[in-house]
Amino acid sequence: HRFIGGDSICILRQAFFLSCVSASISGDTGVIHVLESEADLEWPLSKGPNPPYMVLLESSLFTRSIMMKMKNESNRVAGVAVVVPNTSPPEFSPHTTCPNENTGVYSDNYGPNLAHCNTTVWNPRGNGLSYEEFDFPVFSLKEDNETEFIKQCYLDHNRAVNGSAPQYPLCAMQLFSHMHAVTNTPTCMRRNDINFSINPEMVCDPLGDYNVWGSIRPYNDTVFGHKENESVVIAAARLDSRAFFWEVSTGAEGSVSGFVTLLAAAQALREVTHEAPPTRNILFAFFQGETFDYIGSSRMVYDMENGKFVIDLDNIHSVLEIGQVAVHSGTNLFLHSDPVSRRNNTVNDENLVNNLQSSTAGLSFLLVEPNVSQPLPPSSLQRFLRAQPIPGIVLADHESAFNNRYYESFYDNAANLNLTYPSDLSPEEQLEFVTDTAKSLTDVATVVARALYKQAGGNESLVNNIKADPKIVTQMLYGFLVSSNNSWFQAVMAPELKNILKPSPPEYYVGVAMSSTPTRLVQYLLANLTGAATNLTQSQCQKPDELPNESRQMYSYLWVQGIVPPNSTERDSFCVRASVRLTKAVSPAFELGEYASKDYSTWTESRWKFIKARIFLVASRDLEMLTLGVGVAVLFTSLLVTYFISTKADVLFSSTREPASAAY
Amino acid sequence: MTAAVFFGCAFIAFGPAFSLFIFTIAKDPLRVIILIAGAFFWLVSLLLSSLVWFIATKATNAQDLTLQKNLLIFGSIFSVILQEVFRFAYYRLLRKANEGLAAISEEDGPPLSVREMAYVAGLGFGIMSGAFSMINTLSDSLGPGTVGMFGDSQYYFITSALMTLALTMLHTFWGVVFFEGCERKRWWVIAVVLCVHLMVFSLSLLNPFYVGSILPVYAIMLLMAVWAFFSSGGSLHNITLLWTCRKSNTETSS
Repeated sequence: HRFIGGDSICILRQAFFLSCVSASISGDTGVIHVLESEADLEWPLSKGPNPPYMVLLESSLFTRSIMMKMKNESNRVAGVAVVVPNTSPPEFSPHTTCPNENTGVYSDNYGPNLAHCNTTVWNPRGNGLSYEEFDFPVFSLKEDNETEFIKQCYLDHNRAVNGSAPQYPLCAMQLFSHMHAVTNTPTCMRRNDINFSINPEMVCDPLGDYNVWGSIRPYNDTVFGHKENESVVIAAARLDSRAFFWEVSTGAEGSVSGFVTLLAAAQALREVTHEAPPTRNILFAFFQGETFDYIGSSRMVYDMENGKFVIDLDNIHSVLEIGQVAVHSGTNLFLHSDPVSRRNNTVNDENLVNNLQSSTAGLSFLLVEPNVSQPLPPSSLQRFLRAQPIPGIVLADHESAFNNRYYESFYDNAANLNLTYPSDLSPEEQLEFVTDTAKSLTDVATVVARALYKQAGGNESLVNNIKADPKIVTQMLYGFLVSSNNSWFQAVMAPELKNILKPSPPEYYVGVAMSSTPTRLVQYLLANLTGAATNLTQSQCQKPDELPNESRQMYSYLWVQGIVPPNSTERDSFCVRASVRLTKAVSPAFELGEYASKDYSTWTESRWKFIKARIFLVASRDLEMLTLGVGVAVLFTSLLVTYFISTKADVLFSSTREPASAAY
Repeated sequence: MTAAVFFGCAFIAFGPAFSLFIFTIAKDPLRVIILIAGAFFWLVSLLLSSLVWFIATKATNAQDLTLQKNLLIFGSIFSVILQEVFRFAYYRLLRKANEGLAAISEEDGPPLSVREMAYVAGLGFGIMSGAFSMINTLSDSLGPGTVGMFGDSQYYFITSALMTLALTMLHTFWGVVFFEGCERKRWWVIAVVLCVHLMVFSLSLLNPFYVGSILPVYAIMLLMAVWAFFSSGGSLHNITLLWTCRKSNTETSS
């Protein structure tokens, strides 16, 4: 046989329904069939004489109709392998058409005509494959030599000639991807809690990671709850995304565009807020796990409601959220707001809208409110509104449906943002090259920074000096979408974390390990871009409280690697002091033990031992039975013959025999 | 290739050896001891010859495939010669032991004749040789796949089992013939056994041309069976006696 590497499968379970099931514990074996068209599906599903089949799909055939047909005949399908090409199809989104429809703010009690995408379908291209339950494993294979080998094996052995069945031996593939979790989240978490043995076997884990937040004026990290006379403007973005196959989530337009813009805006605000601090504080929040029913934002709102965060909901003045902002369909960007709270006059978004619209002075685009009364797109702001009416705007590049043709899929990558570099540049030169995408996002970041400064009551005359830095934006885009192991990211990271940097982009799936690369990168970037470099030594950096002017309660102190000066090999490491913190982003449902909660995210990920695939030839059943038959016949014949000869041995072997000893 | 093939091949390869063991060896502890000691002698011969081969391969270029194949052939020929040497050594050991056993046994004379020892020793060699040929193949046959992905024949398992069966029986017959030849001081017998062993080995090199390897090997096995039968005291007269004995038994009983 031959082992094949392959990324794989979907493994998550929500409260009430499964969302992709795994193989049996001994692996699923099926005869390989390379699907050539949708009509060819007849062969594995009905006509083929050697079920079960392992169907190999090109990505152009990875559609809902084909997958659902295979789902219906799943006793003839042992598994599906999808070949992921290097070029993107015209559109593909395995997410649902209405993301997070049950955990947003719109429900039967709040804007019922707006709930469940009745007015605007946000992701019309969504085919919902990521949320379907399959009885067989679904693998992804890269388009490389191994995939060619599989196709060649199929062509050599499995091809049906003129409709007649192919001859044994046939080429087959076996996929091992046994998932330990069962049924749904409540059952799975209950199984986790069974502790009969010393080493309890965990079968699934809640999804979650950390939110990153930072503020212009620091907060004491030990004082929680409502703060008197404190008014905060929150600027939010989301960190995570997903794809059908969990290891290849790139989320360029879906999440990277938003948080890179917010990081650039935070950097643009650093200088002016030191010179002329605004009256209100500005808090930058980066939420993890938003793809899976707003894990991060629901947790932060829960913490605020329960006095476990440095401020609470009454301290919030307004919220500006950066959604998907990199794929423009015209020159303008759009300001989305919640019509229900505006209609009721419970919130006043006008100030924020005016501040935003006036911030585009001197730039090439305008900010426009959508014409029709439509709900907020899926955004963290919805979770804040669910708790209490707050003025808020979501900035996005789409007026109604998403411009993103690859929402939450593995094609939402640098190419989706038209991020191209001239071909003759080295990686370091690419890092510094300011792309058009970077320029456009820089303008958006400038607008956001100016609007936040005005919204926070800053000095109007200084507003036009606020400009985001295109170099920083383009370096961030390179690091988050092309290669995270570049010199700038290396310089801003801690020495012990440098191994998370890889020559490929990071994965934005939130995961369960509580240590995902994007969270760490954003934490350190935010610290470097908004904090201050200090003179502290490394040991002082770890214990700053011993020094008179430093306090770990007010700031976090991070020892970063720094750059390599031109004529040396040692890095210029230093200590960064910044008001940047991590807070746990695990759904409140798991804190409360309400595993079947309808209010909070209940997503969990199954545990698994290993995932691999191998291909080999299988022989016909007839040959196997023939071998067994011959074996049994040989055994019985030899038993009979031996018995016969041994009883008659004294006759057969006559010669000089000692009378006492037994013969042969 | 699944459990069916596993059991089928196991039965083919080890069925006769198993039945011989049950019916002729298991009830006598002395025979069991001689069987196991014989297996051990074969094992030591294989170990020494494989040491030579191993040193030869490590000392040369592992990439040169024809050289490696030639080294394998050389190593196998060396192994065949060494197996026969060890068979002779075992014969000498058993002869010496026979005197000692005769001294301590309760009956008059040695408890086992040389012919019996020859048969048991040969079977011991055969079982161990078969085990080494077949066990790895058997364990691979338990998986879901079969041989053939890189162009090999899909009949690999069943032909391996058939070859193992032939080799086990051949070792038994060679043991009988060899010891008888040594007893009668007919040294040419040793040379013939060695040559036949080498011939069987070279026929196995013809694989995967299975028709050319399996059929001649089975033909040789039949010839050796006949020779062993005659050299251990059998004769045509005995066979006819057997036949008439049965006939007369059925006549008298009916």
